[in-house]
Amino acid sequence: MTVALKSGIRTVASILDSARSVDQVGAEERVSRLFKRSVKKESKLTALKMALSMIDLTTLEGKDSPGKVKQLCYKAAHLHDQFPGLPAVAAICVYPTMVAVAKNELEGTGIKTAAVATGFPSGMTSQDVKLDEVRKVVNDGADEVDMVISRGHFLKGDYQYVYDEIAAVKEACGNAELKVILETGELQTLDKVRRASDLAMEAGADFIKTSTGKVKPAATPPVVLVMLEAIRDFYYRTGRRVGMKPAGGIGTAKQAIQYLVMLRETLGQDWLTPDLYRIGASSLANDILMQIMKQTTGVYQSINYFSID
Amino acid sequence: MSNRLDVRKTYKLYIDGKFPRTESGRYYKWSGDKDGEVVNICLGSRKDFRDAVVAARKAFDPWQNRTAYNRGQILYRIGEMLEGRRDQFLAELTLQGAAKREATREVNGAIDRLIYYAGWADKYQQLFSSVNPVAQPYFNYSITEATGVVSIVAPEESSLLGLVTAIAPVIIGGNSCVVLASHSKPLCSISFAEVLQTSDVPSGVVNILTGQRAELLEQFASHMDVNAISYFGDDAGEIKIVEENASLNVKRASILPEKDLQKNGAQGPYHILKTQEIKTTWHPMGI
Amino acid sequence: MGNTETKIEFDSDWTYDPAPQATDFIKLQERYGLYINGKFKPSDNGRCFDTINPATEEKLAEVSEASEKDVDRAVRAAKEAYENVWSKVSPKERGKYVYRIARLIQECAREFAVIETMDGGKPIRESRDIDIPLAAAHFFYYAGWADKLDYAFPGRKTKPLGVAGQIIPWNFPLLMAAWKIAPAIAAGNTVVLKPAETTPLTALKLAEVIQEADLPPGVVNIITGAGETGAHLVNHPEVNKIAFTGSTEVGKIIQKSLAGTGKNYTLELGGKAANIIFEDAAIDQAVEGIINGIFFNQGHVCCAGSRLFVQESIADELLRKLQDRMATLIVGDPLDKNSDIGAINSKAQLEKIKHYEKIGVKEGGSIYQPECTLPEKGFWYPPTLFTDVSQSHRVVQEEIFGPVLAIQTFRTVDEAIQKANNTPYGLSGGVWTEKGSKFFKVTKAIRAGVIWANTFNKFDPTSPFGGYKESGMGREGGISGLSAYVELV
Repeated sequence: MTVALKSGIRTVASILDSARSVDQVGAEERVSRLFKRSVKKESKLTALKMALSMIDLTTLEGKDSPGKVKQLCYKAAHLHDQFPGLPAVAAICVYPTMVAVAKNELEGTGIKTAAVATGFPSGMTSQDVKLDEVRKVVNDGADEVDMVISRGHFLKGDYQYVYDEIAAVKEACGNAELKVILETGELQTLDKVRRASDLAMEAGADFIKTSTGKVKPAATPPVVLVMLEAIRDFYYRTGRRVGMKPAGGIGTAKQAIQYLVMLRETLGQDWLTPDLYRIGASSLANDILMQIMKQTTGVYQSINYFSID
Repeated sequence: MSNRLDVRKTYKLYIDGKFPRTESGRYYKWSGDKDGEVVNICLGSRKDFRDAVVAARKAFDPWQNRTAYNRGQILYRIGEMLEGRRDQFLAELTLQGAAKREATREVNGAIDRLIYYAGWADKYQQLFSSVNPVAQPYFNYSITEATGVVSIVAPEESSLLGLVTAIAPVIIGGNSCVVLASHSKPLCSISFAEVLQTSDVPSGVVNILTGQRAELLEQFASHMDVNAISYFGDDAGEIKIVEENASLNVKRASILPEKDLQKNGAQGPYHILKTQEIKTTWHPMGI
Repeated sequence: MGNTETKIEFDSDWTYDPAPQATDFIKLQERYGLYINGKFKPSDNGRCFDTINPATEEKLAEVSEASEKDVDRAVRAAKEAYENVWSKVSPKERGKYVYRIARLIQECAREFAVIETMDGGKPIRESRDIDIPLAAAHFFYYAGWADKLDYAFPGRKTKPLGVAGQIIPWNFPLLMAAWKIAPAIAAGNTVVLKPAETTPLTALKLAEVIQEADLPPGVVNIITGAGETGAHLVNHPEVNKIAFTGSTEVGKIIQKSLAGTGKNYTLELGGKAANIIFEDAAIDQAVEGIINGIFFNQGHVCCAGSRLFVQESIADELLRKLQDRMATLIVGDPLDKNSDIGAINSKAQLEKIKHYEKIGVKEGGSIYQPECTLPEKGFWYPPTLFTDVSQSHRVVQEEIFGPVLAIQTFRTVDEAIQKANNTPYGLSGGVWTEKGSKFFKVTKAIRAGVIWANTFNKFDPTSPFGGYKESGMGREGGISGLSAYVELV
């Protein structure tokens, strides 16, 4: 069964037939080679600022409240006012009940509101409930929806179900952009990550995303590499550019820069923009700020000088 | 009159990379022949042994997954560290009753044996593995694999060389171990633990307890999560205890002599093989 | 297949700034003597030659040229050391000396890496992460064998051969020195080693390390010089064994001149390895393997995967991926940590590569080279692909020893095997398929000494390395590497 969203769509069967094998050792070696790149001086500063502009500043805790979200939204737009010329983050990412609050706070800032939905993080609920949730967050003003795929169905081999579900969510999104979370930590092998990536893109994802951040491991370098390569093959096949979002486990500026190197050398210039690349993180922003300050002043920094919100 | 007071050392156990006292709080008094200075040595309990096995089990997988080269480097480092501390060990061996020449021979022998086994790290596999020419279209290969957690009853008389002789072939092969040190000559064993701790040996790979064979032998031999036991000695009664209890979980039991440890026969690749398994794998060869 | 208008643009506003490796702690002499009998002494006739940095053409140092007299001095020193000293040192203690050398290399690792890069042109990333660590590992590995030789050969004991004359190439200078010296002295021999004339410096630094290790004088002697020095060494009557790594052409000359002398010898010569990519390969990792196979060390590798065979059904896609990957390769200052491809080792080698480029184009091959700005001074060549070539083309048959990959397609397994073996060489090969039984079958059929399945250019001191046919004879590494340096009794 196919969903006629765009021309050139393939059936689930054909996606699986041409499934790419990934050699884990080889992938890890490529990663290790990429991570040896030395990004210094101006190029480091450029990368740091670029990384900041790509962050989806995230709070996804059971104890989130309007107060917490408002403070985070302010931080998003005022990362470190003491240092002029810094970009703002790309988006705020919150639970469905916090969308309206965030949307209101971010008015006029240019920062997007992204909502997790579809029974995040486990996705273990009925499809009706999931679609309702999506429609609700879109109604509340979400610019972007981060959904989770049904890993149980995927691991069971019910790929058609997974595909159909993504397609249905995409439809429910309306004008909102859809990020599809694969939860790669539960998929375990790079072969499965590749297969899930292909499936998600064919079904209409605007972004593919590694993790919910609730399961370890979250984003890991070989996983991100495989997803970027899937995006590249998909682009060559269809002409459509799908975005990438590694999420969870990226806490240091160094990691952020390493992933940017990986992005640049796999997908090139056109993907080096928040429109096609996001980093799901919470404490990363401050580490990047500390590195920016270190680059400009030459002095190692302390967290005491940066706001925690 | 300026008599500087020594800060006397407390001898503790070595478990999971740390130096705890025995959970039983017990001790036994020990003194060397010469000046009669008395030292309190931990009397290890079955619970200490139990905890040590847990630590050894946890350490086993990461240790056996290190490259052979890395394990060789670490053993070489233990040799370097021991060489740097030779004076301390000479003093302890002397206190334990050895004449100076004997003590020197023992320290040199221990260091050289560590270097010897470091050199086997990435070679014994080449001797004991094989590709087997089976009479069918399969690629068939046999490789060695570490057996797991090994309990070791170290030699009574040779407290340093004996300890190294017991431990080195076991850990170079990728196993982790729990060692019952010499009861009558306990000092070197704990000092050796300090050497291990400063040699990049991961926590839990070697655990050393002081205590009594009479109390702990049965534990060492019967524990269901221990895969092999190396016993040094020739007491018929003890040997029976070891072998009978080993049968509870089909432990591989090695009864080894504790004499003539200086001789070359006391070291070699076959000592490593005692705590190795052989795994054979088949795979078809065809387009 | 695929929209022809889609293109990945790798040129970007965000580029990497220079990331130069610091060199201020490097100590080079102005002039080096010959290391004979534990001391550095000038050559007998005082002759010297320059060694330069191929990336900048700047002179690095002057190095002595060993005359026939000097070679004789070195061999006699080695012989005396063998008879009176080294053969009397116990195997256990011999091993400890070799361990010391290994440890010292580790301690001076960064210095070795920088000198290697400056003298030879290879990227610092490679000398730092591959050459130097492997060199130390070789000394470590063979140190361990010194007192265990009785176990190495079932049913036989061993005796050293005596004096080993060793001649090494310029592509992995320190690593080749390690491959030669470590097993030789661990097994009880003494050594006279001649490094390549364009890359003597790390061997000379190794001599300094050997002095520091207090190795008895004469056990290792390092004499610098060119072809003539090498010939004197090969022909010296007191040398018991010759080990040579270099071109097949010179290897044959050496083999011929050893005829009738009764000397043992091992030869590690050239290659033109086939790298075979089946349609069921893990294609992105295969691309990386191809790139490493031919562009590692600027292609100055005897076992380089210089003939690519790709199954026709995936050829277009593979080529596109290869070209995308090549677009991110950085050709530049070898001392920059980001350089992927460094300088060509010498003017002569660069001329040879360019010569083959002309041949290839004349023969009708299609050439592809990504855009790169090459520095003005120094010897440089971009990574290059030749498509539309076949087994009958010279660029496919002859060893170029540069970053040039010849690409052919194939249709069946048998065709791939047949063409892979269709060469006088037999050093290495690569096979890429996710199907286990297939790679067992194919690797078994390929007539080469080292076969990489789903990987390429991997080396380890425990793993034997050497060729079939005109790629040489004898193996280095592992127990096989020991047999070259002992007599079985």
